[in-house]
Amino acid sequence: MEIVVCVKQVPDTTEVRIDPVKNTLIREGVPSIVNPFDKIAVEVAIQLKEKHGGRVRVVTMGPDMAKDALKECLAIGADEAVLISDRAFAGADTLATSYALAAAIGKMGPVDLILCGKQAIDGDTAQVGPGIAVRLGIPQITYAAKIELNGKMLKVDRESETGFEIHETSMPVMITVGKSIAQPRYPTIKGTMKANRAQIPVWTAADIGADARKIGLNGSPTQVRRIFVPQARAKGRIIRSETAAESVARLMQKLSEAKIV
Amino acid sequence: MFELNEDQKMMQKLARDFAGKELAPGAEHRDEHEEFSRPLYDAMCALGMSGICFPEPYGGAGADTLSYILAVEEMCRADSGIGISLSATVSLCAWPISAFGTEEQKQKYLKPLCEGTKMGAFGLTEAGAGTDAASQKSVAVLEGDHYVLNGSKMFITNAGEAEIYIVFAMTDRTKGTRGISAFILEKGMPGFSFGKKERKMGIRSSQTMELIFQNVRVPVANLLGKEGEGFKIAMSTLDGGRIGVAAQALGTAQAALDAAVRYAKERVQFGKPIAANQAISFMLADMAVKVDAARLLTYRAAALKDTGKPYSKEAAMAKLYASDTAMAVTTDAVQVFGGYGYSREYPVERFMRDAKITQIYEGTNQVQRMVIGGALLK
Repeated sequence: MEIVVCVKQVPDTTEVRIDPVKNTLIREGVPSIVNPFDKIAVEVAIQLKEKHGGRVRVVTMGPDMAKDALKECLAIGADEAVLISDRAFAGADTLATSYALAAAIGKMGPVDLILCGKQAIDGDTAQVGPGIAVRLGIPQITYAAKIELNGKMLKVDRESETGFEIHETSMPVMITVGKSIAQPRYPTIKGTMKANRAQIPVWTAADIGADARKIGLNGSPTQVRRIFVPQARAKGRIIRSETAAESVARLMQKLSEAKIV
Repeated sequence: MFELNEDQKMMQKLARDFAGKELAPGAEHRDEHEEFSRPLYDAMCALGMSGICFPEPYGGAGADTLSYILAVEEMCRADSGIGISLSATVSLCAWPISAFGTEEQKQKYLKPLCEGTKMGAFGLTEAGAGTDAASQKSVAVLEGDHYVLNGSKMFITNAGEAEIYIVFAMTDRTKGTRGISAFILEKGMPGFSFGKKERKMGIRSSQTMELIFQNVRVPVANLLGKEGEGFKIAMSTLDGGRIGVAAQALGTAQAALDAAVRYAKERVQFGKPIAANQAISFMLADMAVKVDAARLLTYRAAALKDTGKPYSKEAAMAKLYASDTAMAVTTDAVQVFGGYGYSREYPVERFMRDAKITQIYEGTNQVQRMVIGGALLK
């Protein structure tokens, strides 16, 4: 199976603070990580490869430092990595990003499966994966909780708010994955050292034959009107009594005290 | 020297991620219940932690000693017991086999240790032979193609769990230290058993037991080095082991410093965080200086080991200073925490208990001063 995983290098949002005046992220001193959902996608790709053979390639668009994110993916078992990098890509929104990634994947030869994390933890748009599928004119399944290869078809459990949808799809296909599908493995030391020495090719806008009007700021119609910090929601309380019946009784008591019921 | 290279940085990050996510959460429980977790140990070694500084043909990663020392430091920052179990396998069991073993011994014993499928231990100390290692009571008598081993060993880290043991015994009592030989033993050899599990003050998530030998028949092929080389092997092994203990002490000290800094910023008394008092911030500053100095000594000793130059004195300095630092810094951390620090609700009292052993084992700090003094005055 030829698998391409799209990853994004993001600031570790567990360590991000927000400038209270400018309402922007304070990026200084914040470590960069592979978007956790993307890392899960890499894990899924590696598991599929281990089971069915093939090759796992990872691709990201970003500055030179994004190579670190690619190396992290190589360290856990991806076979190859490509960095899409060019000043002309700067300022890309999800539309321009998915265009560039789709163009890069188009250069990679026949691909059976494109995997993405369901969303990036910095922007949280969940648009790039589906955007790539549309650009490449292939089917897409989002929020996968399970992927199985059945002959030439993939069986995918899609997680929705009401339960699971079971899909069957031909390939090539683009699938985004959520947290429940797999737990990314730790990189081994040997894998890490090998990844550290890997030469990662860099593809420019010209290399992927990108249309200058569709990349970077030029190709990005998104305009940010306002950025604000949402009000922190108070934490919910969990009532955990000895038995379910006691928990329910205590919950009912609390609800009636609060005059909700 | 003052900046880690890319490989070392990645190794540190790898070890830190694993230790933070896998070792730290259960550390308190394992301390409380004096529980060594083989599954966690195996998970750590499955990543290659026990093979970092050994050549690739033996299943190692072919990286340097400092990379390995960084891993021990990070493990001990989360759980000293598991960290020192790693150090015992690597520094005290795998290393002497790699340095003094035959090709056959390396294939048979070093490889599984590097690959993490087997665990190692080192038996030198006896009830009556601690610092005075030469007064060994264990005896090995050559009978045909076997040595018959009798005696016992005390305070052996990883005992009972480990599959491979480096054991020292007298093969010729008339020759004193030159009459000691080293052997490779396997768990399960007839006559090789374990005594009681030690109930310890600290590093309680590591397993410490007695080794008992009753007519254990050890094949001649399991003699490590030559007959009579045991003392030399033991001493050079301990030189390296001391860097591991220094790393353990360093990890424990760093954990205590981190906890104290965090707490000093959070704990409010008289309407302000206690860190706003110079009494506290100066204490933290002194702790940080000691930890950093210990780190530099430890990393220097590790780097020196790889150059092939003598490092015995530098390893002793690192072990001495890092362990004294660990004791001082963890004690100060308890002080910063005040009454809460004395409570087992918080981890700093555990760090303090864990620190103490580093001043004692693999050569007491008094022995380290003998080594350093001896090197200066020779």
